[in-house]
Amino acid sequence: MPSTILTVNNLNKKFSSIHAVKNLSFTIEKGNVYGILGPNGSGKSTTLGIVLNVVNKTSGDFFWFNNSISTHNALKKVGAIIEHPNFYPYMTAEENLKLVCKIKGIPTAKIIEKLTLVGLIERKDSKFRSFSLGMKQRLAIASALLNDPEILILDEPTNGLDPQGIHQIRSLITKIAAEGTTILLASHLLDEVEKVCSHVVILRNGQKLYDGRVDQLIASNGFFEVMSTQKNKLIDFLKNHDAFNTVKDEGDIIKAFLNTNLEAEILNKQLLEQDIPLSHLVKRKESLEEQFLQLTNNKK
Amino acid sequence: MIRLLQIEFQKLWKNKMSKFLIIISFIIPFSVLILSSIKIDFFGYFTIDLAQTGIFNFPLIWHIIPFFASYFKLFFALIVVSMIANEYSNRTIKQNLIDGLSKKEFILTKFYFILVYTLLSSLFIGIATLIIGLIHSAHTDIEVLFINSEFVAAYFFKLLGFFSFCMFVAMLIKRSAFALGTLIVIAIAEVIIYENLKWNWANDVIAENIMMFAPFTALYNLINQPIQRIVMISSPDKTNLMYDYAVHWHEIVIVCVWTFLFTYGSYILLKNRDL
Repeated sequence: MPSTILTVNNLNKKFSSIHAVKNLSFTIEKGNVYGILGPNGSGKSTTLGIVLNVVNKTSGDFFWFNNSISTHNALKKVGAIIEHPNFYPYMTAEENLKLVCKIKGIPTAKIIEKLTLVGLIERKDSKFRSFSLGMKQRLAIASALLNDPEILILDEPTNGLDPQGIHQIRSLITKIAAEGTTILLASHLLDEVEKVCSHVVILRNGQKLYDGRVDQLIASNGFFEVMSTQKNKLIDFLKNHDAFNTVKDEGDIIKAFLNTNLEAEILNKQLLEQDIPLSHLVKRKESLEEQFLQLTNNKK
Repeated sequence: MIRLLQIEFQKLWKNKMSKFLIIISFIIPFSVLILSSIKIDFFGYFTIDLAQTGIFNFPLIWHIIPFFASYFKLFFALIVVSMIANEYSNRTIKQNLIDGLSKKEFILTKFYFILVYTLLSSLFIGIATLIIGLIHSAHTDIEVLFINSEFVAAYFFKLLGFFSFCMFVAMLIKRSAFALGTLIVIAIAEVIIYENLKWNWANDVIAENIMMFAPFTALYNLINQPIQRIVMISSPDKTNLMYDYAVHWHEIVIVCVWTFLFTYGSYILLKNRDL
């Protein structure tokens, strides 16, 4: 039986004119990697703000660790990074982390270990204000990991970083996930979520559209991308084929969506028998991005 | 409590500006005190010796030193306002809460620090007054030694009340410059209302009875100006200068109520705010 880390029940948040979070419910179980997906302004950050004690809810409930401890004590077992890394600019990296240790009430023993993990050990005595955004973000991750948290919450951790910085942060997240830490990752970058998350909650305008495993969301049979010089003959063949439900002509490439499982090898053989040689054949699964766009566009 | 104090101490002590102001706020009043209590000889032409005037005599000294020393509270007021405004401008208040500090603890870190500072400051003022008095006072009998030493307690409540006021305004406004401006405006407004009540709208008794509940007037009433008292000492026949300079219980109670309201108000502000 997996233990529940966070339960959210019918959560609502209204700002003066905007209903930012509408009746949101979900649970976070230990050991999984969750993604919260949604376009900008869909209520991701507000939801995280509420469970992290910085935004007041309008109605509804949330419990940390089955409601066994108060929210601020629960947060001592959580590591969280929200949008911008916020530290005291006049303190060094190490001093900032010492302060976090005092707030969380934990020994300062892990500071060196975590600074090494994020690759900032050489800069531990530099003032925070001298750091680049990528370094600030990595310091924030070190800070969030100081207590070896039960859950790591990341809100758009790669926002505003250069490609190198994005790569560093992503490989860090993958590394942390591999160690079995529960992660909740809010992002609008879908490939990011697809790469690391096992579960996903999709939000749009503060409402939940989907909540479940990533592989169930992408549960279709996939599609073929094909190209041939005999384009019309190819399209006719695909349209009359039982295995496909829709065929899309996208210029050079033709996309044929499967309704049952069909191997690329077999399709290739069938087409050759019809004397339609292919210049391009790829079998693909729909990416999370395509699923996400479908979901967020359909339910207007 | 120790943990919360350590947190606030680190935040302030690592900041060069606050460190400087804290040190200054201790050094300046004492150097002024020491300078004023020594005899300054201007190359034999004339000498300035404040001790001659009798202001360092017990029990008057217990009134004079806390009164003038309390003006140096402005240094620490700058720290109080900036230590809160900086938490907003660096957005570290948000990070502190996410890291597991409760909103109540956040206000308490600020309040405890103010409390400890005020205690230390009062203690130093008390000791300094005693020492300077022992050196310069005409009579140092044990019976007269501690008469009027309640002004040190008044000093403590005055500073505590004033700093909680600063904290509340800083929590409300979130920006140092505007918060300080607001404090100044409130202080001036109180003077204007007081004078209008006294001369235009009513009389001095009504003015006093209403305005003793206003924050700045309440703080001021704790230690009334000692000037008239000094004048009275040099010319005891001027009985028309008699006034009520004593520290009254109701004055302390009013300031304590304000201190509570400001501290609790800061908490309510933070509690209802989305960061």
